[in-house]
Amino acid sequence: MRSATRDWFNRRGWRDVIIASPYLWLVAFFLVPFIIVIVMSFAKTATQSPPFAFLPDWPFIRFETYQRLFTSSLYIRAGAISVYNAAVATVLCLLIGYPMALAITRAGKSLQRLLLMLVILPFWTSFLLRVYAWIGLMGKNSWFNKALTSAYNVFVPTSWELPGIQMMNTNFAVVLVMVYSYLPFMVLPLYANLEKLDTTLNEAAMDLGSRRWEVFRDITLPLSIPGIIAGGLLVFIPAMGELIIPSLVGNAGDPMIGRVIQQEFGQNRDWPMASAVAVALLLMLVVPLMLYNHFEAKAQKGAA
Amino acid sequence: MTASNPATPQPDFIRIEGVTKSFGTFKAVNNVSLNISKGELFALLGGSGCGKTTLLRMLAGFEAPTEGRIFIDGQDMAGVPAYDRPVNMMFQSYALFPHMTVAKNVGYGLKHENMTQGQRDDRVKEMLGLVQMAHLAYRRPHQLSGGQRQRVALARSLAKLPKLLLLDEPLGALDKKLREHTQFEFANIQYKLGITFVVVTHDQEEAMTLASRIAVMDQGVIRQIGSPSDIYEHPNSRFVADFIGSINMVDGEVARVEANGVEVLCPTLGEPVFVAPANSHRQGDKVSLAFRPEKVAISRRKPAAAINVLKGKVLDFGYFGKDSLFRIKLATGRVLSVNAVNTARMSAEQAVATWEEDVYLSIAPEAAMLFGADS
Ligand SMILES: Nc1ncnc2c1ncn2[C@@H]1O[C@H](COP(=O)(O)OP(=O)(O)OP(=O)(O)O)[C@@H](O)[C@H]1O
Ligand SMILES: [Mg+2]
Repeated sequence: MRSATRDWFNRRGWRDVIIASPYLWLVAFFLVPFIIVIVMSFAKTATQSPPFAFLPDWPFIRFETYQRLFTSSLYIRAGAISVYNAAVATVLCLLIGYPMALAITRAGKSLQRLLLMLVILPFWTSFLLRVYAWIGLMGKNSWFNKALTSAYNVFVPTSWELPGIQMMNTNFAVVLVMVYSYLPFMVLPLYANLEKLDTTLNEAAMDLGSRRWEVFRDITLPLSIPGIIAGGLLVFIPAMGELIIPSLVGNAGDPMIGRVIQQEFGQNRDWPMASAVAVALLLMLVVPLMLYNHFEAKAQKGAA
Repeated sequence: MTASNPATPQPDFIRIEGVTKSFGTFKAVNNVSLNISKGELFALLGGSGCGKTTLLRMLAGFEAPTEGRIFIDGQDMAGVPAYDRPVNMMFQSYALFPHMTVAKNVGYGLKHENMTQGQRDDRVKEMLGLVQMAHLAYRRPHQLSGGQRQRVALARSLAKLPKLLLLDEPLGALDKKLREHTQFEFANIQYKLGITFVVVTHDQEEAMTLASRIAVMDQGVIRQIGSPSDIYEHPNSRFVADFIGSINMVDGEVARVEANGVEVLCPTLGEPVFVAPANSHRQGDKVSLAFRPEKVAISRRKPAAAINVLKGKVLDFGYFGKDSLFRIKLATGRVLSVNAVNTARMSAEQAVATWEEDVYLSIAPEAAMLFGADS
């Protein structure tokens, strides 16, 4: 009965259909739209709908948009700020998330479930609501700001003392809220990785003379690199293109790439430029990934 | 290489004094006391879950005894962490570091030794040579076979030349040939380096071939400590006799006590059996009569001996090449196991006996053992 089903499944080619369907999905909803975006980035703006047109003569496309992208300080600055914010947020998430993930794996089984639950719990509240909560916390009259201010005032000379810290509409606020929002994306893959590690390896290292921190440095840390990379990508990639957080708590003078894309599409109605920025963003994310894969494959081969 | 001098015996190199380990109310190791001398190859033998690994982990420093004390080379180990003990362990699962090459694995413990890099490299080479793995020094563990991994684990645990080496079921994953080969390697290494070995095993043959002394464990308690032949020929209890090798065990009662032995009456044997020497048995004692299959003579013709002869029929037999195992059914219905060595180049049925044939069994009075009913 079971094998009859299987024969039917194989004969009808259903297997191929099922295997192919995610790829079809990717082609239809990622690759094709992205090609459209690339094509659009070589057009020029026009007062029509949609608001772009190709040149009437051969070669029909123009490169001025990219020229502008790479020479205008606005876009370069936005790119640099995005990389900086995303990188700082990723490192902070790692520094906070790694000890959390490690502590969860070392906790007892039932406590472990509770702690994981707590990591996921924030997702039950709307993301937007949580960002607004931060806006409230960062305002100069909030207890949070007051507590930080008085802590700061303790450590600086009297002449530097502040009545309140300017947090809203700064890059600091953007990084702070991004770290808060993306922390679970760092903790969960790290936990999955650390939880699989064989603790007898730690005992073996300790047996051979290593103290606890040496065991961590020599065994746990190198074996958790895949988890660090997975968590790092899960934080860094969305942080690079983040739109909502910089729009709500950031400084309009220091826009991140996501905000620039929105502006070009919306207010400026410069779709070719918006597309070009999107292409540049994707390249900034994909190229390091490909380099990493390349070196990883090389390292694997070298070990063999 | 510094080999210790075997001429200086240190009978209490390792002293385990009344050690108990409780997990909740369960005592995994219960009041174990035992001494191991320097350079000895000592085996802990026992069934699954009897506490062997727990005892080893207390020696290595991964578990603290609930009660009792452990001394290694005169030093009390209480509160000494695993990384400060002169002890290395080869883990049941090998626990090789997957992200390091074979050479890095073996050299890992040497980072903490006061040596130059050149000396470390030399030591790694020496250890890899010892286990015949030098040609695979730059492989990763996942690129090795099970037997090769086991040798790397051994080399790694030996590299620091510990005073005490703990091996937890070191040969569990190997085939018979490789196992025998490695057993000889262990004995060889132990002889060359003069390291004290404690080997955990549940395989009694392995314990017998490897060890100079064996401790038989059961439910957290040590039942007997002795040389392999002590434990095999002079088990101190029914449990040990039953656990080591195979044995025929028959319940009976002491019928008569003489100067040189006792006569035991076992209802299921039909005939009285005379056992020497008398020890402290008294008339009327409930006892278990025990004798090993290879200590019984089997013949087609009635033997000349007047005592300890039983008559039976061949129920079944298995041919193992060098010997055969017969199952003999007595007139009372009781079935006994008997070994016969195949000295002649004939099939067992021609040489000894075949199915349904009547045979005579004779047991030498010195070959049989008696245990009190409660042991
Ligand atoms: N951490 C622990 N918590 C609770 N019980 C434990 C723990 N470690 C071991 N035990 C129990 O202690 C007993 C002895 O375990 P141990 O691992 O020493 O057995 P073993 O003799 O090595 O057995 P095996 O031959 O199967 O490896 C077992 O019943 C086991 O369930
Ligand atoms: Mg065990």
